Amino acid sequence: MANHSTTPRPATVAAVNRRIRRGRIEPIIFHTFNTIFMVVLVIVTLYPFLNTIVVSLNAGNDTIRGGLYLWPREFTLQNYKAVFVSGTIYNAFWVSVARTVLSTLLNLFLTTMLAYTLSRREYVFRKPITFIFILTMYFNAGLIPGYFLMKDLHLINSFWVYVIPSMISAFNMIVIRTYIGSISESLVESARIDGAGDFKIFWQIIFPLCKPVLATIALFVAVGAWNSWFDAFIYTSSRQELSTLQYELMKLLSSSMNANNNPSVAAGAGMTQGAAAQMVTPLSIRASVTVVASVPILLVYPFMQKYFVVGLNVGSVKE
Amino acid sequence: MDETLTKDRTGRKSKKEKKMTWSLIKSQSQLIYMSVPLLAYIVLFAYVPIWGWTMAFQDYKPARSFSDQKWVGFKHFEFLFKDDSFLQVLRNTLAMSVINLILGFTTAIILALLLNEIKKVFWKRTVQTISYLPHFLSWIIVTGIVATSLASDGIVNDVLLKLNLIKEPIQWLSEGKYFWGIVGASHVWKEVGWNTIIYLAAMSAIDPALYEAADIDGASRYRKMLHITLPGIKPTIIILLIMSIGHILEAGFEVQYLLGNGLVLDWSQTIDIFVLKYGLAQGNYSLATAAGIFKTVVSVTMLLFANWMAKRLGEERLL
Repeated sequence: MANHSTTPRPATVAAVNRRIRRGRIEPIIFHTFNTIFMVVLVIVTLYPFLNTIVVSLNAGNDTIRGGLYLWPREFTLQNYKAVFVSGTIYNAFWVSVARTVLSTLLNLFLTTMLAYTLSRREYVFRKPITFIFILTMYFNAGLIPGYFLMKDLHLINSFWVYVIPSMISAFNMIVIRTYIGSISESLVESARIDGAGDFKIFWQIIFPLCKPVLATIALFVAVGAWNSWFDAFIYTSSRQELSTLQYELMKLLSSSMNANNNPSVAAGAGMTQGAAAQMVTPLSIRASVTVVASVPILLVYPFMQKYFVVGLNVGSVKE
Repeated sequence: MDETLTKDRTGRKSKKEKKMTWSLIKSQSQLIYMSVPLLAYIVLFAYVPIWGWTMAFQDYKPARSFSDQKWVGFKHFEFLFKDDSFLQVLRNTLAMSVINLILGFTTAIILALLLNEIKKVFWKRTVQTISYLPHFLSWIIVTGIVATSLASDGIVNDVLLKLNLIKEPIQWLSEGKYFWGIVGASHVWKEVGWNTIIYLAAMSAIDPALYEAADIDGASRYRKMLHITLPGIKPTIIILLIMSIGHILEAGFEVQYLLGNGLVLDWSQTIDIFVLKYGLAQGNYSLATAAGIFKTVVSVTMLLFANWMAKRLGEERLL
């Protein structure tokens, strides 16, 4: 333990004094600076997001004047109304919800089922199947071959392109399998003696016991599904009713970056024109869609924090 | 209890000694039903598209059948490496991924060291929770926030003007020379908190007796960081560094695509954007596939190299 060989310093008066001084003042200085640093970090992290919320709650024509920081000047819910009145974004919201829920449920079920079979040491195909799955973490056929596969499978312009290509992740499989490895083997064996088959053991014993790790995986999968936009961009962009919330946000973002403060953009995004249109600008619409798109996840993740560490640590030690 | 355990163990041993027989496969039919369809699934979605790599060696025309395609050997690869725009894209990709790598590692390690010094548990938890927030936002939202903050009337120019550091607002996103830095900073903003998780976990595993011994020897805080904490997390750092070597051509796609604009094209385009542009936008599938293959081959080679290096350094294998 204390096997490092630092020779004790000569106890001169000056040295002792220095040590006392350092012992009293240094921590104060250090902790002051550390606290200031952390406060700056917190501000830099939170400010842009809080400012977005404020913009979303402020009248659009007032926001353009600038100088809006952490409190709305002309409070209004008009932006949110415009977002939900617009059929486009309302529809995209529900497409996003549907794909997220479906992806998460399918991922949890299929990945855990696979992880269970690959955790069984007696399983004859355990090694080859594990190898084939792990290899997929390190290569990727690429965008163009992938696109042609989706085309051949008739998944282009289909809702299922959001769900089917990403039902199992090798990385998550390893995390879950490692967790299953920590569950007592005698549980499985006694169930087997009672006559339970592998599927029953998986579904009635292993799956419920994996709850802590599945909570983490569910969060990761859900965040990934909710936040993805590229599939909507590549595969379903010609069918408006399949657009997702993130893709709509992407369209708002790129149009407002190209044509700053151009009211016709809001009209183009399906906003209603009229009295309310004055108060609603592309910028304020974008802010409220941003809030709608991020709040669901931000409400959940703080409660899952204790599981992250376990999940990430297991994941970093691959087989 | 003991009896059943020993029975189990011998039972498993005798199974291991058995060769793969039909009766064994039959007895594991449920495991097979549970995993082989998933194997077929992953083969279809991850391995079958590799067949599409043949396109890179043809002058691929979608209308023709496979036997009618014209084979051209390495023509497209030769074209790539004579093409100035591809070389530029390659430079951008490498530069941004190296910047991201260096910035990402140093900031996360420094933040983890500073978080580790916070003694008040509640404050530490609060800072951590807040620092994870951007990780859960999509790149669409993050690039929106970055674009808003860097606008000529955005918060960054605001602060710089008020501090008298600049005379007039800087057009951050219109000048190529800032682009790589902005991409690096965006990555840091999004992921620095999240990346500390794994280091903090490694730090909590360091033997407290080492710190106590150092205290007795009168070691300062910085000496303890330098000689105890950093060596304690060195294995973690090395593993993560090696793992990221495989991603040297993964500079990201979303940030560059979403933040890039006509003015900074020479600095913002990466291999992935090149593939998208030539492949899906212009229909030059062969060239785009060749670029994709190049990327995959480099990644896999780097990964094998990293794995070999990890073995030599006596770290855990990655594959």
